[in-house]
Amino acid sequence: MVDIEAPPADRVDDGTFVVPPGGGPGRWVLALARRGWRQLTSMRTALVLLFLLAVAAIPGSVLPQRRVNLEKVTGYLNTHGETGRWLDRCWLFDVFSSPWFSAIYLLLFVSLVGCLVPRLRTHARALVRQPPDAPSRLDRMPVHAVGAPGGDASDDLARLATLLRARRFRVAVRHDTVSAEKGYLKESGNLLFHFALLALLLGVAVSSWYGWHGSRNLVAGPDGAFCNTLPQYDDYGLGARVGAGDLPPFCLQLDRFDAAYHADGQPASFRASMSYTLAAGSGGPTAGRAQVSVNHPLRLAGAGVYLLGHGYAPVIRYTDRYGRAQISVTPFLPSDEQLTSQGVATFPDANVDPATGRRDPNDQVAFSGVYLPTMSSDDPAALSATAGASVYPAERNPRLLLVAYRGNLGMDTGYAQSVYTLDQSQLDSGKLRKVAASKGLAPGETWALPDGSTVQFLGTRPWVTLTVRHDPGERFVFGAAVCLLVGLLLSLSGKRRRIWFRADSGGGGDSGGVRGRPARIEVGGLPRTDYAGFTAEFDEIVQAARDEGILA
Amino acid sequence: MSGLSDQLMVVTILAYLVAMIGYAAELSFGARGMVARTATRVSAAAPGRELVSVGLAAGGADDPGGATVNPAGAASDPGGAASSGVPVVVEGDGGGRAALIGRWAVAVTVVGWCAHLATIVTRGLAAHRVPWGNMYEFVLVVCFVGATAWMVLVARRPMVRPLGLFVTLAIIVLLGLDGMRLYTSAGPLMPALNSYWLKIHVTAASVASGILLIGFVAAVMTLIRIGYDGGRRSFPYTLGARMPDATGLERLTFRVHAFAFPIWTFAIMCGAIWAREAWTQYWSWDPKETWSFIAWVVYAGYLHARATPSVKRTVATWIAVVGWVTMMINLFAINLVVSGLHSYAGVK
Repeated sequence: MVDIEAPPADRVDDGTFVVPPGGGPGRWVLALARRGWRQLTSMRTALVLLFLLAVAAIPGSVLPQRRVNLEKVTGYLNTHGETGRWLDRCWLFDVFSSPWFSAIYLLLFVSLVGCLVPRLRTHARALVRQPPDAPSRLDRMPVHAVGAPGGDASDDLARLATLLRARRFRVAVRHDTVSAEKGYLKESGNLLFHFALLALLLGVAVSSWYGWHGSRNLVAGPDGAFCNTLPQYDDYGLGARVGAGDLPPFCLQLDRFDAAYHADGQPASFRASMSYTLAAGSGGPTAGRAQVSVNHPLRLAGAGVYLLGHGYAPVIRYTDRYGRAQISVTPFLPSDEQLTSQGVATFPDANVDPATGRRDPNDQVAFSGVYLPTMSSDDPAALSATAGASVYPAERNPRLLLVAYRGNLGMDTGYAQSVYTLDQSQLDSGKLRKVAASKGLAPGETWALPDGSTVQFLGTRPWVTLTVRHDPGERFVFGAAVCLLVGLLLSLSGKRRRIWFRADSGGGGDSGGVRGRPARIEVGGLPRTDYAGFTAEFDEIVQAARDEGILA
Repeated sequence: MSGLSDQLMVVTILAYLVAMIGYAAELSFGARGMVARTATRVSAAAPGRELVSVGLAAGGADDPGGATVNPAGAASDPGGAASSGVPVVVEGDGGGRAALIGRWAVAVTVVGWCAHLATIVTRGLAAHRVPWGNMYEFVLVVCFVGATAWMVLVARRPMVRPLGLFVTLAIIVLLGLDGMRLYTSAGPLMPALNSYWLKIHVTAASVASGILLIGFVAAVMTLIRIGYDGGRRSFPYTLGARMPDATGLERLTFRVHAFAFPIWTFAIMCGAIWAREAWTQYWSWDPKETWSFIAWVVYAGYLHARATPSVKRTVATWIAVVGWVTMMINLFAINLVVSGLHSYAGVK
């Protein structure tokens, strides 16, 4: 990279601007780059970036986000006008994929790499090297002890080394000293933690490149079945490296949906019974059945099939004035906890004159409706089509309230239309007019319209919201997260410490080549990290040396 | 059973209140003795394990400033080598009546803790499930973990007892808010919560939050004590006179946070695994997830700042305080104001 000898991250930058020797303007650039790199990899910068990251995440929780809830963003933009557009220009509705958020975490990770690589090198060296020699003045160490030698010097040192090795210290015996160090796992854990963070980021990148997902509302019954292709989803998202053809071929059908509720209407459990067909595999298509419930997705061809919502789809039979009957089964969207649901049933091919076979675009028929799975028995809505509300989410006293419209549905304009609402512009322009409103229809009940046509509410079929998601990065992310946690635990619980013993021959130091009986043995201990119990450990080791007769 | 739980909740708060008054009494009546004792330097004549290790706090290798305080411990006196001249409050050394009141306050805290435990257990029995399925119960459990952590701490290091006033104060405030504003009647879980991950994820989150609560109190007291030592004599800093020494408090703050941080990490990870089972993806930047991430980043920042010699200890401690603020925003603002996938508060 720019500077091989980058300083350790926590070294204080003294702000010097050293221009390397040699001619040319290149050296200034080099100096600038070196200084920039040093700044970036300093701990202060990393801390500042860390805080920027935290602060930058805040708008993502305050403002609606496109990736979380698109409708809310649209609603916000509609109500806030100019402010909303300015916020949008600053990517405030896509905070977590915005350039500025990405810039912060990428800089943070570059800073991290710049800090980790030299540390990894240092640590690798420390792992293969012997513990460093004793400092000249052991009495300057935070903990210190002195004792008379118990026996022969070289023998003493060898026995001390054994004693320390038994305590899992890494030991080096030199001339007249024993150096011991322990707690390398702390730094190993620390490095593991930080590299796991990098791996985690890579995993997230894999997720966003190679993952895909799609959602749709699926009505029960064979006619509601769908296959895993993009046109069949209500909405979908493909990773940058995924094409429409990469979706594994399988088909799903909702056979049955069971919902259980408590007495107050709070849901107790949801269970969807699905059947599926897998086209993949050498053995030809395979079919199967599975239960999907909340917290228990179905795993199919590397993807997960999740149950995320449910509702009722009223089955409505409209018999037009020529006597031709058509059936609509459209999901109604719940608007409250008790599953008061709203939706539309459209009959664009109604009133085709059997004599001419001509379809009059201004004679189409549609109904907007409110479905109450349980209407209160004394609800005035029983008599009018004004909005009532369901009192229980299961179908105990179901009623369907319809408003009939006739005119042009606006479906021939070529624009995509919602299947849950009528085209408001057609209503506003008067091309689609309200004809009549029904009272609450019970299942099986028929309502006659003024023009002689009839509507029959046949009952409902359940529908579920399914999301299918494939995320190849999640295993990687999981592995990284486990490493991260292990590294974190090692890093926070580990304690690096050093202990030295020196056989002091008294006065002459080690200059005289005195290999006989030393005058005294000095012990020094240095906790290299915050470690409250070090003194206790040190005392215990000194005591053990005394017990073994190495120290008198 | 649900009614019993509610009554026990009142008993819990009252017991903590009595304990708080006890801690306060110890502080005010014992003030002179405490100051006097604080001023006494621990001499080599009274070396104990506790003292030695506290003394080492100033002489740790991380802290070159502290190491120079004690340039040369007498070579003949290992105990003295560690007593670095930092003022240390010696538990049980005098104090007389005030210390007795302090011990009684701890005893009443234990009573409150038992009532607290009973509140949670009866709540669980009433609802036929683990008693942390909505915000009321979550705060109840967080405070319980906080109280537990406090008692473990005070049993292991009696010298931290002066913090009791502020620990009980924080717990009473949270429990009071909980009972008055967040109360939800005991009921069954919604299907999305009906998973064994509830036991893992929410337990980890409440344990981490409860311990971080103690960390927050320690951090605030550290700052007050440092301010007091720096010569500040306006209101919050005057409390510092009765606190344990700044070095010990600062170390305590760090150790509590270092203990809680991996648990918080684990809680977030479990949440991610659960999210993958329940909401299709491990991370979807739901407001609760976002603020958990923010809190995690801030606490990570604290641990890094504390490990960096060039960052002042007061700055690092302030970061810990900010961390707790983000935890509280995550708990109250996000649950009650912002709607998201984690909207399980059940508060009407």
